Order: sequence, then structure tokens, then C-alpha cells
Amino acid sequence: MKRAFPILAVLTALLLTYSTYQALVVAPTERTMGDVQRIFYYHVPSAWTAFCLFFVNLIASLTYLLRKSSKADALAVAAAEVGVVFCTIVLITGPIWARPVWGIWWTWDLRLTLTLVLWLIYVSYLVLRRFSDSSQTPKLAAVLAIFGALDVPLVYFSIWFFRTQHPQPVIGNGGSLDPRMLHAFLINLFAFSCFGAMVCWWRYRLELLHREVEEMESLESLRGVTQ
Amino acid sequence: MNAIKFLWAAYIATWVIHGLYIGSVARRYSRLRQRMKELRK
Repeated sequence: MKRAFPILAVLTALLLTYSTYQALVVAPTERTMGDVQRIFYYHVPSAWTAFCLFFVNLIASLTYLLRKSSKADALAVAAAEVGVVFCTIVLITGPIWARPVWGIWWTWDLRLTLTLVLWLIYVSYLVLRRFSDSSQTPKLAAVLAIFGALDVPLVYFSIWFFRTQHPQPVIGNGGSLDPRMLHAFLINLFAFSCFGAMVCWWRYRLELLHREVEEMESLESLRGVTQ
Repeated sequence: MNAIKFLWAAYIATWVIHGLYIGSVARRYSRLRQRMKELRK
């Protein structure tokens, strides 16, 4: 599996280059918003990838609570950290799109606010993991992750059940999208998902290595005490 | 509406954040590999 990593990383980089070309060059310019609509090809796939990673974090956290698996705990940390990176991109590209289209950078709209709350929950999760040394930390963090994951469907369905300023979905639900736009969007969705999975895998390996080093350091210090 | 500068801002922000994060993971990874080598000696 370790040997496959560089090959998959190169394939992901090629896929991202192709998806960027599709988003910036091939996809037609939207009639009312103009070129700024192309942010959609980064913003939505980033949100999708963040949601998938938070879902991985939830499953890994539940696995840890049920089986006390150290590997599941390591995967939960990795998925949360990479998910926060993608969620940060969502919170930055959204206002950059909103400024020319809505005339404002930010509004306390339900979806925007819930996304900010989601980001804050997972940042708290990472702060807890980083600064708490207690043996109960993984358990506490796993419970926090369950609360964080509850916010994901709220963010997703907020535009369906409430009147919000955020645009409604253009795929499904009666919406329509130019086939070239749909193609560019799906390619970007796939490319960002692969990229998120690759970075999460790498971060997971880093977490395992970190735990291995910590274990060796504590053995080393024990050896020092007994000599 | 000068939309193109907003598009570039979003594009650059996306890849700068990913670049910084990947750089930080790579740095942490190489530091731990180095520490592991030292511990194994």
C-alpha cells in the first residue's frame, strides 16, 4: 500500500490539473454572475470533501468508542484535521463569491452560520487533541465528534427546509445545469474527493508514526530510569 | 463587475491553503522519521 502512494499522488495531481482546466477554461461562463461563478467548481467540491471527511471521523470515533481501536482513533484525528482544511476553504471561497454577487462578504444566514459552527466544533476537537494529555482525551474527543457530525446534515438540509440567502441546489430538485458545467463540476467533485482521500491517508500515516515515536520515547525513558 | 479578480483570489486562496497544509504535514513527517532513526540507533 505504501508503494502505491506516490503513483496515486501523481494520478491525483494530474486529475486536479485536468479538473482545473475544465473549471477555468472549458466550462462556459454563467450569464448573470460571469466568471465569478467558476468559484462554484472549488467551493462545492471542497464542502463535499469536508463532509465526507467528517463522516469518516464519525465512523472512526464510533469504532473507537466501541472497540477502543487505536488505529480508528488515529484515523479520526487525521480525518478531522484534513476536514477542517477543506471546511476553511469553503468559508474563504464562499465570501469571495458573495462579495461581487450579493455585495457583502458575509451574512448571518442559516447555512453560513451553521457552516461556521461546524468549523468551530472541529477546530475545538483538534485543540482538545493537541493540548490535552489525559488518557480520557480520545473518548472525550470521540463524543465531541458525534456532536460535530450532527451539524453536517443541518448544514446540508438548511437550504431545503428554511428560507436562506444561500443559492438552492442546481443539480436535482428541479434545477438545471449546462452539460459542460455539469461535466466540469463532476470532474472537480471527483478530483477533490481523491485529493482529500490522499491527504487524509498521508495524515493517517503521520499520526501512526507519531504514536510509534511517542511509544519508543516512553520506552527509552523507562529504560533510562531502570538503569 | 470585475469578477475575474475574485475568481483568482478564490483559486489562489484554495491552493495556498492546501500548499501550506501539505508543507506542514511533510515537515512533521520528515521530523518524525528523523526522530525514529535516532531512537532506533
